[in-house]
Amino acid sequence: MTTLSTPNGFSLDTSGRRVVVDPVTRIEGHLRLEVNVDDDNVIRNAVSTGTMWRGLELILRGRDPRDAWAFTQRICGVCTGTHALTSVRAVEDALGIDIPANANIIRNIMQLTLYVQDHLVHFYHLHALDWVDVVSALKADPKATSALAQSLSSWPLSSPGYFRDIRGRLARFVESGQLGPFRNAYWGHPAYRLPPEANLMAVAHYLEALDFQKEIVKIHTVFGGKNPHPNWLVGGVPCAINLDGTGAVGAVNMERLNLVASIVDQSVAFIEQVYIPDLLAIAGFYKDWLHGGGLASQSLLSYGDMPRRANDYSADSLMLPRGAIVGGDLSTVHDVDLKDPEQVQEYVTHSWYTYGDDSQGLHPFDGITEPQFALGPGTQGDARQIHALDESAKYSWLKAPRWRGHAMEVGPLARFVIGYVQGKPEFKEPVDATLRHLDVPLSALFSTLGRTAARGLECQWAAHRLKDSFDALMANLKAGDTATANTDLWDPKTWPRDTARGAGFTEAPRGALGHWVEISGGRIRNYQCVVPTTWNGSPRDPAGTIGAFEAALLDTPLADPEQPLEILRTIHSFDPCLACSTHVMSPDGQEKARVQVR
Amino acid sequence: MIDPPARTLVLGIGNLLWADEGFGVRAVEALHARYVFPACVEVMDGGTQGLYLVPHVRAAANLLVFDAVDFGQPPGTLIVVRGDEVPRFTGAKAMSLHQTGFQDVLAAADLLGRAPARLTLIGVQAADLETWGGPLSAVVRDRLDAALDLGLAELAAWGIGAVPRPAAPDGPGAGLLRHGLDLGGYERDPLATG
Repeated sequence: MTTLSTPNGFSLDTSGRRVVVDPVTRIEGHLRLEVNVDDDNVIRNAVSTGTMWRGLELILRGRDPRDAWAFTQRICGVCTGTHALTSVRAVEDALGIDIPANANIIRNIMQLTLYVQDHLVHFYHLHALDWVDVVSALKADPKATSALAQSLSSWPLSSPGYFRDIRGRLARFVESGQLGPFRNAYWGHPAYRLPPEANLMAVAHYLEALDFQKEIVKIHTVFGGKNPHPNWLVGGVPCAINLDGTGAVGAVNMERLNLVASIVDQSVAFIEQVYIPDLLAIAGFYKDWLHGGGLASQSLLSYGDMPRRANDYSADSLMLPRGAIVGGDLSTVHDVDLKDPEQVQEYVTHSWYTYGDDSQGLHPFDGITEPQFALGPGTQGDARQIHALDESAKYSWLKAPRWRGHAMEVGPLARFVIGYVQGKPEFKEPVDATLRHLDVPLSALFSTLGRTAARGLECQWAAHRLKDSFDALMANLKAGDTATANTDLWDPKTWPRDTARGAGFTEAPRGALGHWVEISGGRIRNYQCVVPTTWNGSPRDPAGTIGAFEAALLDTPLADPEQPLEILRTIHSFDPCLACSTHVMSPDGQEKARVQVR
Repeated sequence: MIDPPARTLVLGIGNLLWADEGFGVRAVEALHARYVFPACVEVMDGGTQGLYLVPHVRAAANLLVFDAVDFGQPPGTLIVVRGDEVPRFTGAKAMSLHQTGFQDVLAAADLLGRAPARLTLIGVQAADLETWGGPLSAVVRDRLDAALDLGLAELAAWGIGAVPRPAAPDGPGAGLLRHGLDLGGYERDPLATG
């Protein structure tokens, strides 16, 4: 049988040619995608495979829970701070530790800063090249590019001379033969639609964003002591504040706080005068390319984040909305509880792990990470060289997390749709304005482009919340409250005598992130992470429900299956990061995406 | 007039949770623990920060990188690579957590119009790049001292001296890596009692 209906309403047909993309480039970690295309090169079946094994749980067992954040911060290079924050929250939840109001605000500032940096870097440096043809930019007329840029924004770097210089720099770079970050792309592909001038403008902003990120991360240095790898602390934040201090060692003083305020203002300006205008301009050329929706119109999950009130993690306190939408019923947002054993469960039926009984789902508190690698009977090739996987058997190093049995999409689009249907103006108004600007219906939101747009709007949202949070911090400090840490329960002797369990959550820039910890005798006994890309990139579950990546690729036409730009575009729109969901199985050192068509 | 001292970045890269992938970070950790440098030198644990390292690289006139490499030599073999040759070696690494390898960081710095004038890589042929949560392999760990000597010689050739740190940084709190990630803390068996 070659056709299959999934419980979440998709139809899969495996009869056509199989196209394999492995590894997918410009992501963190290793991902393989296989799709079947019909005679018209439309995707009719999709298989998402994490090709690495994960095992953070094994490293943390027996460690001091107060150090867990430092280990989780090293799992990967892009979500460092958000893993650290999730970890300290899990440990504080287990041990019953409250943090001071200033610590809560500073953590929000750290997290919002990460949003601004991560979304900017994702859009310009990892995703824009799916929409922007860099080589075409060499054909642009600098004068026309300047006119275009000035019609879109008041950003001052827009003269013909500026764009001529950028074009010249790009030309020298390309002629030197070292395409660097621009290699491994499908330049000249028919799915690119921007005129050369729009491409050149985007390349200029690619370079500006790369340069600007150095300013943004100074906020991490102020409050985290250093960058890369800022410090975190169970019980608060590891920075003392002394407003009257003049460069006192270690303490944050007024001079440093003024620096933060100025960077926040620059961030707002860059996002509103560069990122958002670019996003709208690019979207205008692609607004009828509305593939890639997948689960976006039916099943979405957000844990919520950024508490307005310290130690209050209820939905009401969170700036980013919490909730779950299932079955396409946008009128109902269900509440989410990370500790309810019936809600978040992970399955391994199609994952290279075993629970003994692989038909059951396990809540992370009861999670087991026991690898079991085996290929299904329908596999083409062997373990050394897999030509095509057999998705009816185990086929991924990602587990399959489900919320009350549903596969869910997580990330900026999920957060914005949940906030939108809850009628929250800070999410609804920018979405409505964007839809009006592009003259597209609400349904256009449920697409690859919608996901990319939501990330941009969220970057703008984050920059403004950064401003609010900074003002709230200053108000507290000026009122005389300078406490940043609660060390009452620092000493393990003060901890519960019995086993303590805690759950911590954040919304990482790329989606819902949860850590579950069990502490016994002052040490970590069990530690489980369920990360955003495990939700989005998950394999199938015992019922055959498909995850967000697989669903999003269906029905997408490929202009040229040998150059599957459209697959990369949709997968990159999720901002996948597999470093923490997985670990290496068979490193091949192959940087270029290999594509096989059979 | 005396020229201001050139900004120098000593950068260790790699993932310390991943056996010999941690070599670069362990090298700068040891360098920081044993030596004091002039104020123009920054010793940095770059981890797997990829493109986020571009601003730090651009700000440096001299860049000394420690990294595990895979160039087909017996495990523990040290190599010193300079200038334009460096990207070829960092690119040859069999496994990089970042698809954005370090060669892309250098290319991006170049494209932005400012790359370090002097660039040297001290690499070690890794033995074990597969054990998640594993320590440095013995053969690579035994080469740490020799790698530091190569680095110090390179810095000296750039006119930068180092003096031995009077006393090792006090305890796990004062080193470049802390919170159980310092070499001793990381390699202690966490399941052992006591």
